Amino acid sequence: MLYREAGQFKASYAEDAQIFPIRQDRIGFWLLMLVFGVAVPFLASEYWLKAILIPVLIFSLAALGLNILTGYAGQLSLGSAAFMAVGAFAAYNFILRIEGMPFLVALVLAGLTAAAVGILFGLPSLRIKGFYLAVATLAAQFFIVWALVKFPWFSNNSSSGVVTAQDVTILGYTFATPEAKYVLTFLIVAFMALLAKNMVRSSTGRAWMAVRDMDVAAQVIGFRLMRTKLLAFAVSSFYCGVAGALYAYTYIGTVEPEGFNLDLSFKILFMIIIGGVGSIMGSFLGAAFIVLLPIFLDNFVPMIFGDSLGAGFVSNFQLIVFGGLIIFFLIVEPHGLARLWQIAKEKLRLWPFPH
Amino acid sequence: MQFFIEVLVGGLLSGVMYALVALGFVLIYKASGVFNFAQGAMVFFAALTFVGFQEVLPGWLGMEADSSIVFWLAFLLAFLAMIVLGVATERIVLRPLVNQPHITLFMATIGLTYVIEGIAQMTWGATVRGLDLGIVDEPIAWLMDNYEIGVSKFDLFAAGVAASLVALLALLFQYTKVGRALRAVADDHQAALSIGIPLQTIWRVVWAVAGFVALVAGMIWGARNGVQFALTFTALKALPVLILGGFTSVPGAIVGGLIIGASEKLAEVYVGPFVGGGIEGWFPYMLALAFLLVRPEGLFGEKHIDRV
Repeated sequence: MLYREAGQFKASYAEDAQIFPIRQDRIGFWLLMLVFGVAVPFLASEYWLKAILIPVLIFSLAALGLNILTGYAGQLSLGSAAFMAVGAFAAYNFILRIEGMPFLVALVLAGLTAAAVGILFGLPSLRIKGFYLAVATLAAQFFIVWALVKFPWFSNNSSSGVVTAQDVTILGYTFATPEAKYVLTFLIVAFMALLAKNMVRSSTGRAWMAVRDMDVAAQVIGFRLMRTKLLAFAVSSFYCGVAGALYAYTYIGTVEPEGFNLDLSFKILFMIIIGGVGSIMGSFLGAAFIVLLPIFLDNFVPMIFGDSLGAGFVSNFQLIVFGGLIIFFLIVEPHGLARLWQIAKEKLRLWPFPH
Repeated sequence: MQFFIEVLVGGLLSGVMYALVALGFVLIYKASGVFNFAQGAMVFFAALTFVGFQEVLPGWLGMEADSSIVFWLAFLLAFLAMIVLGVATERIVLRPLVNQPHITLFMATIGLTYVIEGIAQMTWGATVRGLDLGIVDEPIAWLMDNYEIGVSKFDLFAAGVAASLVALLALLFQYTKVGRALRAVADDHQAALSIGIPLQTIWRVVWAVAGFVALVAGMIWGARNGVQFALTFTALKALPVLILGGFTSVPGAIVGGLIIGASEKLAEVYVGPFVGGGIEGWFPYMLALAFLLVRPEGLFGEKHIDRV
């Protein structure tokens, strides 16, 4: 009854092209922004900010990057963690080696570096397809992590490549508290999500989707395959790179190349599969789900079985539940959480008179 | 020169061990189009189950631990466990996901990887165990004396096992009724179904056979490196072999394994020192990538023709 578009007329092109054409959606969206942008920093505890909200935002950004590549442009990649590593170490080096480098500029440069590396590893996609490409992207994963460990220049000669992120300072203000870091992360992620949303609903996004659905057909009707695919790789790696830099600067603080391993790549892949492939919102839902699930299991499993069980049992049990839940989700809703949300909205439009 | 040959032969023989794991991938991909990432976990599960039964069986039967009855009984029970695992996977994971996109099935097998790893360690514990196949890992004396080339007996044995396994599979595929059905299913699911081939049964058979291959691979790898969690990473060794040889080709897995094994060892010895070593992790992938740029479907993979 509350959620329907009856009586809302679009009187101009601008109104027709807006992201949320329904007024209730707009109100909901701004409420969400207010809650997470203004209320949460005041209300949430330090644990929530540091261990849950900041990582959810950062992984959402990484998932967004992978979703652009896999969900919209149809190129399966297993190397997203490596591009995060490129972003993190690029940001570290830009700030370290260039005097007075502003943080935000370093962030953009880190993203661009990751994009350049992404284009390089995206080149094979012009020739290789499907799972062959997925396995080929593992080359990026292993090579980049190896290079970051092996060449000490990247980590300023620290042992085994561990680097500690410098302070985040913008216009003289240092983002030291979890609240400040959260707000900074939130603003950057929100801005980039908006950018991504607009990219995928413009001609760029339509070109990606055409290539995803059938690249030969897309080529025949005049899309430039090379440009489209490489752009997808570049944009995706840019997002992953910025996410990696944020991961180092606003979340972990101390990073090492080995931290950006294959497991992390798989985690990001899980996020987009569970959240919804080809959905901006799905990236956020999936990231929240994958970050929250282990924390939930950590607290939940000892609660049922008591503390009598060994740590080994608990961690194995978590492994089984985690894997089982992923399979369960894939079977029950292969299109992800975003699809569930869509179904809920459809139902809500008819409620309470469904016939 | 002797050193070169020694490295080359060592690489070729270790390549055979990669091929053993890749074989399991190929079988399942051929018959069901599923890129089964859980193959590495299955290798781990199989080896751990085998060793586990070897430990508990003497107590149950009241026999000597090193008697051959225990060995073969443990082998049989581990094989049974793999069949159960395969059938359960088909029933619980694959059947509800029929007709889903490939990536969904791939993700499901990653989920399956976690489940199998969890179950294996929960049942048998996470301690590293040794596995003795009765073949010592030492150079063959005759070659060592006459040509001063060190070739491990164990590696040679592994190569022999792999060769006979491939021969067995080739016979199975070419000359049996089940094999014909397998090839039909691999060709076209719908066509196979419409002439009355029971898809579900075929899939169960394939998973059981892949489980058998995993068991053999797990025993050989386990005897070499000990039965431990690291066995699951054999999957990462097998992936470049897989794309180099082609996802759908059994001989491709063997040839790919040989190429990857030999070039990986040669690169580690001759190129490694210049870049600081440790290139084994990514070199096979780069090599496979270079091959793919020339032949996008691998050496023996089915040529993919794009139609609009």
